[in-house]
Amino acid sequence: MRTLAGEASFGLASRWVAARRGSFRMFLAVLAAVAMSLADATAQDVFIHDARVHTASSRGTIVQGDVLVRDGKIAAVGADLTAPADVSSIDAKGRPLTPGLFAGLTAIGLAEVPAEAPTVDANVSFLPPLWSLQWRPEFDVVLAFNPRSVLVPIAQSEGLTWTMLTPRSASALLAGQGTAVTLDGRYDAAISGSRTLFVQLGGSANGLSGGSRAAQFMLLDQAIREARSPAAAGEGALLQPAGREALARYLAGGRVAFQVDRAADLRQVIAFAQLNGMSPVIVGGAEAWVVAQDLARANVPVLLDPLDNLPATFDQIAARLDNAALLHKAGVKIAFSQRSQESHYAQKIRQLAGTAVAHGLPWDAALAALTATPAEIFGVAATQGSIAPGQVADLVLWDSDPLEVTTIADQVWLGGRNVERRSRQLELRDRYLR
Amino acid sequence: MTCLVRIAVLLTALPTLACADSYSSTYQPASASPILIRAATVLTGAGARIDNGDVLILNGKIAAVGSNLIAPREARIIDAQGRWVTPGLIDVHSHLGVWASPDVSAAADGNEATAPVTPNVWVEHSIWPQDPGFEAALEGGVTTLQILPGSANLIGGRGVTIKNVPSVTYQGMKFPAAPHGLKMACGETPKRVYGEKGAAPSTRMGSVAGYREAFLGAQNYMRQWQKYQRELAAHQKKQANRSAGKRTSKDQDAEETQPPEPPERDLRFETLAGVLKGEIPVHIHCYRADEMATMLDLAGEFGFKVAAFHHGVEAYKIADQLAAKGVCGALWADHWGYKMESFDGIQENVALVDRPENGCAIVHSDSEESIQRLNQEAAKAMARGIKAGLRIPPERAIRWLTANAAKALAIADRTGTLEPGKMADVVIWNRDPFSVYALADQVFIDGALMFDRAHPPAEPRSDFLLGQPQREAAP
Repeated sequence: MRTLAGEASFGLASRWVAARRGSFRMFLAVLAAVAMSLADATAQDVFIHDARVHTASSRGTIVQGDVLVRDGKIAAVGADLTAPADVSSIDAKGRPLTPGLFAGLTAIGLAEVPAEAPTVDANVSFLPPLWSLQWRPEFDVVLAFNPRSVLVPIAQSEGLTWTMLTPRSASALLAGQGTAVTLDGRYDAAISGSRTLFVQLGGSANGLSGGSRAAQFMLLDQAIREARSPAAAGEGALLQPAGREALARYLAGGRVAFQVDRAADLRQVIAFAQLNGMSPVIVGGAEAWVVAQDLARANVPVLLDPLDNLPATFDQIAARLDNAALLHKAGVKIAFSQRSQESHYAQKIRQLAGTAVAHGLPWDAALAALTATPAEIFGVAATQGSIAPGQVADLVLWDSDPLEVTTIADQVWLGGRNVERRSRQLELRDRYLR
Repeated sequence: MTCLVRIAVLLTALPTLACADSYSSTYQPASASPILIRAATVLTGAGARIDNGDVLILNGKIAAVGSNLIAPREARIIDAQGRWVTPGLIDVHSHLGVWASPDVSAAADGNEATAPVTPNVWVEHSIWPQDPGFEAALEGGVTTLQILPGSANLIGGRGVTIKNVPSVTYQGMKFPAAPHGLKMACGETPKRVYGEKGAAPSTRMGSVAGYREAFLGAQNYMRQWQKYQRELAAHQKKQANRSAGKRTSKDQDAEETQPPEPPERDLRFETLAGVLKGEIPVHIHCYRADEMATMLDLAGEFGFKVAAFHHGVEAYKIADQLAAKGVCGALWADHWGYKMESFDGIQENVALVDRPENGCAIVHSDSEESIQRLNQEAAKAMARGIKAGLRIPPERAIRWLTANAAKALAIADRTGTLEPGKMADVVIWNRDPFSVYALADQVFIDGALMFDRAHPPAEPRSDFLLGQPQREAAP
């Protein structure tokens, strides 16, 4: 139920937006309006009587005063008001009643432990060299893919037939582009339609954004402006011309993976992506269960690690083992990925899935999270991820339940070709088994 | 003099230098009533499997293990039909409390990486008992764990064995009368940490020189104390003679009034002397087979025993030598490849180290995540060994998490198996523990129920989690 105040703030926001250009400001205004109208959702009625009411207004102090609250708003203030029958009553017994106090200029909610930089968002620094940042959305990690890596036969022998190659950066929030590749050993392994932009957000990335995650959204907004209107890029531009072109492609429904955990940040990402024409995918999402309804409503999928259950950082305080089950129950599309992006023992992903089942996720949903769902998320569902006519014949025959840790792949086919289960690991085993 | 004879001389008549009562354990087991666990599949940890077995716990100890046991009238009976019972799991390699959750810079206390040889530091002085990782490990069935310094240093300091119990202080967790361990590290990590600073060691050969110089210093230290002991004994004898009225020369009288000055205590050499005396088991982070062989020779040079190689990614290449020398391998099921020294990792490592007669394979975690599911880690290793043609039934594999681990920590006489007289550190699992679907239903430490899945605690154990939203009701 929207209240007068909620209406007012919406109206205010839309007039404000009309008077100004800039999607970032619009984004802030939308958030503010949404926040206000949500606050009215838990309105209450109460009658406080016989208080020493310090009104902090021209009426001064009312000794033996009463206050009537209706729908979360003060309806009446005076001495000897009548208590309505339907309202719960509190006898103040002469105690002082004041308005809620102003807390002063603070960083409440912006700085959890001031001595730990990833938990502090109140300060932002504009000093060089931090602000000679460069982002390269055009970076495309698949160009370095080596199908002759010793890890490929190992992955094959474990029944892993495709992967999402992911760029990482220690100097930029926006690392670049990744692509899904088939692990069948061919050179031209990129699967078309899967290209994804990767962005990291949150407290652990504060060092890349002048010290505040609020600046992370600010920088993303700057990059988007540069992509939309090249003339906007002046000295100290974030992007090169190739980068502007690359980023612009993602502003029309392009898939952007946000590596982010904290519940409040997830809500910001949902709003930001919607406003800027991006199709977001959440990676990590340790606290995603807290905002499952928002994720489901916005149709935002989550790639999580079901083993995350410790407060590894202040962004993951609410991590719990039934994250997958809760998300699934709320209708959120989920897939799995090891948080450490582990490549050498990628087969541990089956253990992630089995653990999710042990903590409440239905078995079929867990298998889907390793097959059809990631394929849908990364746009390759036409050829990967299910056993159906038309799909590439990447198949695995298991000696038992594929989600059980004691199970081993018996036979693997890639593109219909039976793969001999050979790898460097198995050859080392055989040499020392004798 | 041969190396062995030199060592024997040094070890004689040496006083206990480490004050064994400093920072001692204040752990008191919670009071425990009699318990009879009935009709379970029992894996004793000593190699036996008892189907439809009973475990009787009296006064916090295992009183009996068998079938159709009789319990005292006041005993709590736990019907464990369809469930499995094992000894409490033991993780020999953990950094809980010293690299805690949350991972904040203020609490990164695992490596005193300001000098490569730091046997003077004790990791227990870095432990934060409120690390939420402890209760998560308890829910995974872990009842005892060894906390170790990290692997930045050639000699990282003393490790400590603790019981996984709630405590405001680390002393309240210390396993009573368990020896300290010594953490050492070979390979890439120390030489990278110090080489990058332009300091020694920067090569593997520099690392070995570092260990040898440290132990030579310890031998010298022990000689000084032996000399002092001899002088003290002589002084005391003369004092006794004087008071018995025997005559001595005037000059001697003048000299002998003062007792000899003891040498200065040195915390570094005190620890290493404890190693040379066999009081402190040695745990060495080491990946490559050739480097493990070098460390075995180092141990031979100075006359100490290696309790276990940790990580030991190439331990399978020297499984026979390790078994012959009684050295354990504390290993992962499947971690490999992050560094060159782990490039030859295989998933059958644990099984191959377990294979020889007297082989001592251990599955460790070195991780706040996998300590919560050591049973699953062991299951993975078991399956790969069976696939390779080895025979590894559950009653054998459970030793990797219990008896073998207790042996490496020198506490095997008190815990690690379900045998009469041992501490009642026990886990009741909802099914065969070697499964991703297995959950610990009940976990006992010294016979006290510390975790009950059917009645989870109303509050988190860790003060840090209190009032945090982790356990708020799901929407």
